[in-house]
Amino acid sequence: MVGWVGVVGIIGGLWVAAPAAAGQQPSPPSDHPDSFGLGRPATTSEIEALDIDVMPDGTGLPEGSGTAADGARTWTRTCRGCHGPDGEGGTAAPVVGRDPSSNRSTVGNYWPYATTLYDYINRAMPRNAPGSLTAPQVYGLVAWILAKNDIITTEAVMDARTLPAVVMPARDRFVRDDRRGGPEVR
Amino acid sequence: MANERIRHTDAGAPRRRERLTRRELLAGAAGAMGAAAVAPVAGQQSVTTTRRAGRGPNEVDQRSRFVTPQRDPSATSSRTPLQDLRGTITPADLHFERHHGGVPDIDPAQYELLVHGMVDRPTVFSLADLQQFPATSRICFLECSGNLRRGTPETLPQMVCGLTSQTEWTGVLLSTVLKEVGANPDATWFLAEGQDAAVMTRSIPMEKAFDDAMIVYAQNGDALMPGNGYPARLLLPGWEGNSSVKWLRRIELADQPFMTREETSKYTDPLGDGSQSRQFSFVMDARSIITDPAFPRVIEPGWHEIRGLAWSGRGRITGVDVSADGGTTWQAATLQGPVLPKAHVRFRHRWEWGGEPAEIMSRATDETGYVQPTWETLRAARGPRTRYHQNPITSWTVGDDGRVLFGAERLRS
Ligand code: HEC
Repeated sequence: MVGWVGVVGIIGGLWVAAPAAAGQQPSPPSDHPDSFGLGRPATTSEIEALDIDVMPDGTGLPEGSGTAADGARTWTRTCRGCHGPDGEGGTAAPVVGRDPSSNRSTVGNYWPYATTLYDYINRAMPRNAPGSLTAPQVYGLVAWILAKNDIITTEAVMDARTLPAVVMPARDRFVRDDRRGGPEVR
Repeated sequence: MANERIRHTDAGAPRRRERLTRRELLAGAAGAMGAAAVAPVAGQQSVTTTRRAGRGPNEVDQRSRFVTPQRDPSATSSRTPLQDLRGTITPADLHFERHHGGVPDIDPAQYELLVHGMVDRPTVFSLADLQQFPATSRICFLECSGNLRRGTPETLPQMVCGLTSQTEWTGVLLSTVLKEVGANPDATWFLAEGQDAAVMTRSIPMEKAFDDAMIVYAQNGDALMPGNGYPARLLLPGWEGNSSVKWLRRIELADQPFMTREETSKYTDPLGDGSQSRQFSFVMDARSIITDPAFPRVIEPGWHEIRGLAWSGRGRITGVDVSADGGTTWQAATLQGPVLPKAHVRFRHRWEWGGEPAEIMSRATDETGYVQPTWETLRAARGPRTRYHQNPITSWTVGDDGRVLFGAERLRS
């Protein structure tokens, strides 16, 4: 979900040359016409229906809110069977654990952004019924997992404003790829 | 074949302590092969097939009933039987699979790809639209970045690194589609999203979109196999398989990465003492594996051809060295042309085995001058907790009884 709105918008499939200056331009073969006239304009409602991603700055988070107590109820009903009653020790990956020296990567020791938790649970969990949770349920589950990891308090309310402000223990863990080929092994 | 071969070996390998001669070993293995290997009566084979017409033409041919290569499936992936293949193109039904939410069943008539975000014209493309764009074909490998099993001595090539396969893909350049929708030049990343139950998402730098990224709908000239993204997937040549998102339903251009679970929690490499992790490590470094002779073969003294595959996500393979003495001395293997960039290449090397214990291994070099490292070098560079993108030199030991085993010892620690 990007906040940006197309500067030209949908003008009946008309190709308006974008300014050539700033970034890189697509580089299809130069003998291609400006447009092949393929595809149809996407409507706002069909974009909204598919555009479920949540970015680290919170762009894409929906209305609604939840607390750890709300999340605990949903967890027991829909998640504990695979992930264990307390978020670890189940057949599926643990979601609780702060030990930075542990070999197991968990939300508490490895995830850099709390927003990713919303995005992932909303799109892919529960594994046996993905896409079945409401926004308040997801906020509650996120709050429950974050509280279990001692990242937020059990009273904290998670919503579109508070969730992006949560600073994860692993926020500064990640560095960009510095492999460039050549003789040095990295 | 793979599974059968394991069974043969189990049946043929000596369980008792006393040593069998190599010939007895081979005879034991052959005996376990059943009908296919019943001792031939002179002339019988030609008689049975020459005095009766064979089957007529059919709609879809199948492998000979004597040929049964199989992928090796686990709960999350299925591995290509590298030891059973002799060229560089992987038959579509043997291409490896890895997915996070199962294989969706997509009706091509219902399929749509939405391209939106930082574009002038958010657009929905049907499969027919994608196929009507100028098409291009390209041969390249795909490899899962989790493609190393260290295993035991009784490990097949398929199990060591069968999460790589090669295909002639056909589709449209992503840059062509982006021109059609009017990509904003300030976009730096795009999100690729799948239509599977994991609704798989990865953030990809726009440079790749303008370089060689494609949206492909054909695999070896045929429609994609369901496990490989039917009806359409992203293809990022040379990059870790997970980023070539399958069952592609949406592309969104943005000015920052989306930080999805698969590029934070997963597919990142802890470095050093593990307090840092490398992120967005897309390119697959150069690698090679000897696919024959390999476990579970039993070989006899004499001339052999050491055969294998080498590849690099950074471009062309420029050389493969082979050692038969555990890395003390190396000789250049022959590369089978054409040597394509970001593609599996076959290497072959003639080797006379005198019957003494040996350890055979291969080492790939690519056009950037990168040389496939040993396990020790790789671990020294990355630290003991490295998880993905592992490309160490691997070996096969040959015992004085001719049995070939995976050099699991080399990957200890
Ligand atoms: C049917 C079993 C099952 C159920 C029920 C289930 N999960 Fe999962 N969960 C999994 C599996 C398996 C994975 C790993 C998926 C993968 O790697 O692709 C996973 C992964 C996760 C992860 C990511 C862990 C990591 O470190 O990357 C989170 C977070 C998560 N689940 C939360 C939930 C929540 C919240 C619920 C309840 C709404 C839930 N799960 C219900 C099986 C399940």
